[in-house]
Amino acid sequence: MALVLDSETALIRDTALDFFEKRAPVSALRKLRDDKDALGFSLPLWRQMAELGWAGFLVPEAYGGADYGCLGLGQVMEAAGRTLAASPLLATALIGASALALAGSEQQKAAHLPALARGERLLALALEEGAHHAPFAIAATARPSGGGFRLDGEKRFVLDGHVADLLIVAARTSGAPGERRGITLFLVPGDARGLTRTRTLMVDSRNAARLSLDGVELGADAVLGPVDGGADALDPVLDRARAGLAAEMLGGAAAAFERTVQYLKDRKQFGVPIGSFQALKHRAAAMFCEIELARSAVLAALSALDAKSSDTGALASLAKAKAGDAFFLISNEGVQMHGGIGMTDEHEIGFFLKRARAAEAAFGDGAFHRDRYASLMGY
Amino acid sequence: MAELDAFRAETRAWLEANCPPSMRTPMPDDEIVWGGRRARFKNPDSKLWLERMAARGWTVPTWPKRYGGGGLAPEEARILEEEMRRLNCRSPLQSFGIWMLGPVLLEYGSEAQKAAHLPAIARGEIRWCQGYSEPEAGSDLAGLRTRAVPQGEHFLVNGHKIWTSYADLADWIFCLVRTDPLAKKHEGISFLLIDMDDPGIRTRPIRLISGASPFCETFIENVRVPLDNLVGGLNNGWTIAKKLLEHERKMIASIGERQRGAERSLAQLAKTYCGARDGKVADAVLRDQIARHEIDQRAFRLTQRRAAEEAKGGAPGPASAMFKYYGTELNKRKFELLLQCLGTQALGWEGDGFAAEEKRITREWLRSKANSIEGGTSEIQLNVIAKRVLGLPD
Ligand SMILES: Cc1cc2nc3c(=O)[nH]c(=O)nc-3n(C[C@H](O)[C@H](O)[C@H](O)COP(=O)(O)OP(=O)(O)OC[C@H]3O[C@@H](n4cnc5c(N)ncnc54)[C@H](O)[C@@H]3O)c2cc1C
Repeated sequence: MALVLDSETALIRDTALDFFEKRAPVSALRKLRDDKDALGFSLPLWRQMAELGWAGFLVPEAYGGADYGCLGLGQVMEAAGRTLAASPLLATALIGASALALAGSEQQKAAHLPALARGERLLALALEEGAHHAPFAIAATARPSGGGFRLDGEKRFVLDGHVADLLIVAARTSGAPGERRGITLFLVPGDARGLTRTRTLMVDSRNAARLSLDGVELGADAVLGPVDGGADALDPVLDRARAGLAAEMLGGAAAAFERTVQYLKDRKQFGVPIGSFQALKHRAAAMFCEIELARSAVLAALSALDAKSSDTGALASLAKAKAGDAFFLISNEGVQMHGGIGMTDEHEIGFFLKRARAAEAAFGDGAFHRDRYASLMGY
Repeated sequence: MAELDAFRAETRAWLEANCPPSMRTPMPDDEIVWGGRRARFKNPDSKLWLERMAARGWTVPTWPKRYGGGGLAPEEARILEEEMRRLNCRSPLQSFGIWMLGPVLLEYGSEAQKAAHLPAIARGEIRWCQGYSEPEAGSDLAGLRTRAVPQGEHFLVNGHKIWTSYADLADWIFCLVRTDPLAKKHEGISFLLIDMDDPGIRTRPIRLISGASPFCETFIENVRVPLDNLVGGLNNGWTIAKKLLEHERKMIASIGERQRGAERSLAQLAKTYCGARDGKVADAVLRDQIARHEIDQRAFRLTQRRAAEEAKGGAPGPASAMFKYYGTELNKRKFELLLQCLGTQALGWEGDGFAAEEKRITREWLRSKANSIEGGTSEIQLNVIAKRVLGLPD
């Protein structure tokens, strides 16, 4: 398991750091927000990212991807997290590509992956139905209908849901909400009849939508992975999402921390830099430790995913829990240590606070992952 | 890779053939081997195990072979550690010589000093203690007053050290002494090696809240120390002192990881004492706290590993302050959780009514409070991180 990047992956990281700093600084997110941008991210930027190969980092070479793996994509996500860059990295390049590559049929892969890798097809996973991540609490139904299925139900917090060309919808073909067994994944075109998509404006200015499925008719070939076995297909996809999102959160936490430390050096009160006050120094030092631990957890989870090692589930939960805690702590302390200016919309530190909460809610918060970790470790 | 796999296979086979069965069981405190002229082996297997490991240089796996070490690369040393953990092998020897003095002698010692002291440490023949703290010099260590005055071929040393762990059992002491009282406080300090077999050195044990007496006051009165025992040059002691502290901090950081053979995990104890439901710890709050702790513990271990990989076996550097701080705070938290699990069974002091394991946990809980004090307090570690890692102003 690699905890130190090899030179090729380090180069990817450096390229990505430079890319986001120059082309998608925090001010770009502010502009998307203020302009009420319909897409929620910059399409030209996404095309550039695709040209760099990032859209297809998890797409096998046979389907036009780079097949570079999670550790590589994680570096890009971390860099994107540093500037809070809005893009389809998570929903499409990580989750969509993983779901198709890991669970898709030959036909499904051929139909979607090449376009995805080119940055020309956007995906979204429609999973959650309640206010908390609960991958098996699926009540949306898929009933047999004319050789195919008919989908009914409601979905929320669907990242990039209002712009996706293709939705991956989890619906129940048998069993009751809460049961692992009986969930099936479906590929649903964004313009399917009976599908209503409503964008929800989120505190972090990032994309999310509610979906209403009202008698959406699908052919049998819309099934992704095994019927009733969708939870098994979803597990590795969710673990990738958790580790990748943890990388993004690590980037956000690290950037918020660096900004805060710089402010401690620059801001003067009582005639001295506020960073000379021990009450602030000690909290800064404690935050430094949390970032270091989160970084190790993220690297371990991403490497374990690439190595397909047996404890990827535990490590993905470890990474999401640790990066979430670190981002939560640092974004809160960041605002506090900036004083009044930190409370203003004009200053950027508040954007980190908002993103921290939204990212924590996606794919399981700390409590969810501690529970899962304990179960996986046998207690 | 193939070479490492071969090394692992060899190591595993050797450990299986040579580690006595009793050395694979949990190690009670009184069977920990510290070595020294007066070492006693309560369990004869401990002696055998020490001799076998020392013969391979595996009491100090990464030290050069000519000084009694195993000459292993860092990756090999890690494999040895993993294989020992797998078999629950006890650590054959632990000592301040291994953790603290050895590494700085390797870096700053003269050839004669290395040859004289390192092999004796590796074989467990000489036990060292650490003479840093004084009554008026704790966190402000550089305020120390013990004096060493050059007189011909010797230094004449006088002073009063305190909190000297195991001074009453040690053979030699590595000491910080003031050699230039007029210089600035960091610039007048020297690092001196002193044989304690001298009537001018007296020790008085001090009892801890755990009931044990592992540390002492050490009085040094008109002790003559050969000039050759000065390490790293006159008035150069502070550099060496700080380097040694980095090694010490790295060691204390791993306090929760010491090889003691098989022990029951927090979760197992929680299930035993608090009950289980469907294979889970029944108390959901406790379960969450255990998971939080274990997640932190694992992330911490991963960070230690990452730091080792990044440093490629080099010296720890100022980040050792982070490991010291975090590792000791984690260990304290672990014991608080253990107490929470055991309830009143962790409140026994001695006698009947409490299992040996329970009483051990009680004592270790109290002992763990020292972890964030000894080797530099948590507050001092945070100061070091703020200043030397983050560059925050004074
Ligand atoms: C079990 C044990 C074993 C030990 N073994 C040895 C040994 O073998 N050899 C040896 O030389 N020493 C040993 N020590 C001593 C140890 O290194 C000192 O106790 C430690 O450095 C703290 O010094 P002090 O006790 O004088 O506390 P003080 O320095 O008086 O500290 C008291 C409190 O003030 C805080 N404080 C002090 N300065 C600052 C500051 N600048 N900023 C913020 N807070 C501050 C401290 O963090 C602490 O909370 C041992 C101690 C213990 C408990």
